[in-house]
Amino acid sequence: MRVTQGCFSFLPDLDDAQISAQIEYCLRNEWAIGIEYTDDPHPRNTYWEMWGNPMFDLRDAAGVMMELKACRDAFPDSYIRINAFDSTRGFETVRLSFIVNRPAVEPTFKMTRTEVRGRTVNVTMTTEYG
Amino acid sequence: MTEGETGGTESTEVDLSADFRESGVAEVLDQLDRELIGLKPVKQRIRETAALLIVDRARQRLGLSQTTPTLHMSFTGNPGTGKTTVAMRMADILYRLGYVRKGHLISVTRDDLVGQYIGHTAPKTKEILKKAMGGVLFIDEAYYLYRPDNERDYGQEAIEILLQVMENQRDDLVVILAGYADRMDKFFQSNPGFRSRIAHHIDFPDYEDAELLSIAESMLAEQNYHFDDDARAAMTEYIGLRREQPHFANARSIRNALDRARMRQANRLFSDTHAPIGVNELSTITGGDLRSSRVFSGGLDSEKGRTQ
Repeated sequence: MRVTQGCFSFLPDLDDAQISAQIEYCLRNEWAIGIEYTDDPHPRNTYWEMWGNPMFDLRDAAGVMMELKACRDAFPDSYIRINAFDSTRGFETVRLSFIVNRPAVEPTFKMTRTEVRGRTVNVTMTTEYG
Repeated sequence: MTEGETGGTESTEVDLSADFRESGVAEVLDQLDRELIGLKPVKQRIRETAALLIVDRARQRLGLSQTTPTLHMSFTGNPGTGKTTVAMRMADILYRLGYVRKGHLISVTRDDLVGQYIGHTAPKTKEILKKAMGGVLFIDEAYYLYRPDNERDYGQEAIEILLQVMENQRDDLVVILAGYADRMDKFFQSNPGFRSRIAHHIDFPDYEDAELLSIAESMLAEQNYHFDDDARAAMTEYIGLRREQPHFANARSIRNALDRARMRQANRLFSDTHAPIGVNELSTITGGDLRSSRVFSGGLDSEKGRTQ
């Protein structure tokens, strides 16, 4: 199942030129870029692994692309996303986040319904691998 | 990136002089001529390099060459001869010609690249490289990266990463290595990888006495100060004496001398004048302000023993 998350989730996967252009946009806005990866794309899994430190004070997307390539080489079968952090007072949060790499075979999600007291149904979603 | 300027790839002719005008490189070169005193051979070399880059860009546009020329450079010369200043202008020229995308200059030394323990160097070097992407990386006193006496020195690791990026990401950044001529020569001898990847070697000569005097005057003019006649004579004398003393660093020594003269001038105005003073007094450096320098009495006391 094609997992979608974050920005541009309604679009086909971005190619490197498009990713680079998005990063340029982030850098123009003086956002710091972080690269993160995970093998569990569960929507409630907010803590992805960090690929190195977030990158501050970059001027050109080439630096991020270099790290992205290194991350893809190390974890070709992981989800990789790019986060752009805005430190402006009042925002102080991730302003843009999008997926830039996905495994060849993607996991699916399995939904379990458990009936508890008073006919209430609890729904649990778990990631199911291949 | 530059194709839009000429309106398509159909044309089989290029107007080099129009190219030169439009790129805005002429302004940078003129500015270089105006603002930097002396340095004739350096200016000549930069003009030649700019011409080469313009021709190369034209050739690329007509499909005569596909590869980006190697742009990494080495600036050799004594301290205070303007290497950093020229590197900044170089970044501007490369930016205007479209050889670097952003045109900023990141100036680093060994400490910024080399780590202190195993596994510290690579991330450190890469971080600097990432910041320099799209611009120029200026490595001052580059020979400190290589320490032949210590084979476990982490400098070697930084050198390897640098070489790799210099080779594989030639479109993304330009590296300028700078330092004393003789030590740079030795550095290149022991690191042939660098020599072969650097296309432009520019040598910065020492300044003449007269050039240093006009540098001093232009530095003062920038801060709205000026010499009186006696001070000009004192400065000429100062330059002659300072050159003979250790740690002479060309324009940098002049800047420091002027900073101290300004301090003495302030002190003099503060303690000697009791009446209101005008603009002229506030902006005049007198002979006395310069002559109380220790250079006139044979240099720093701690240095005297060493030179005699």
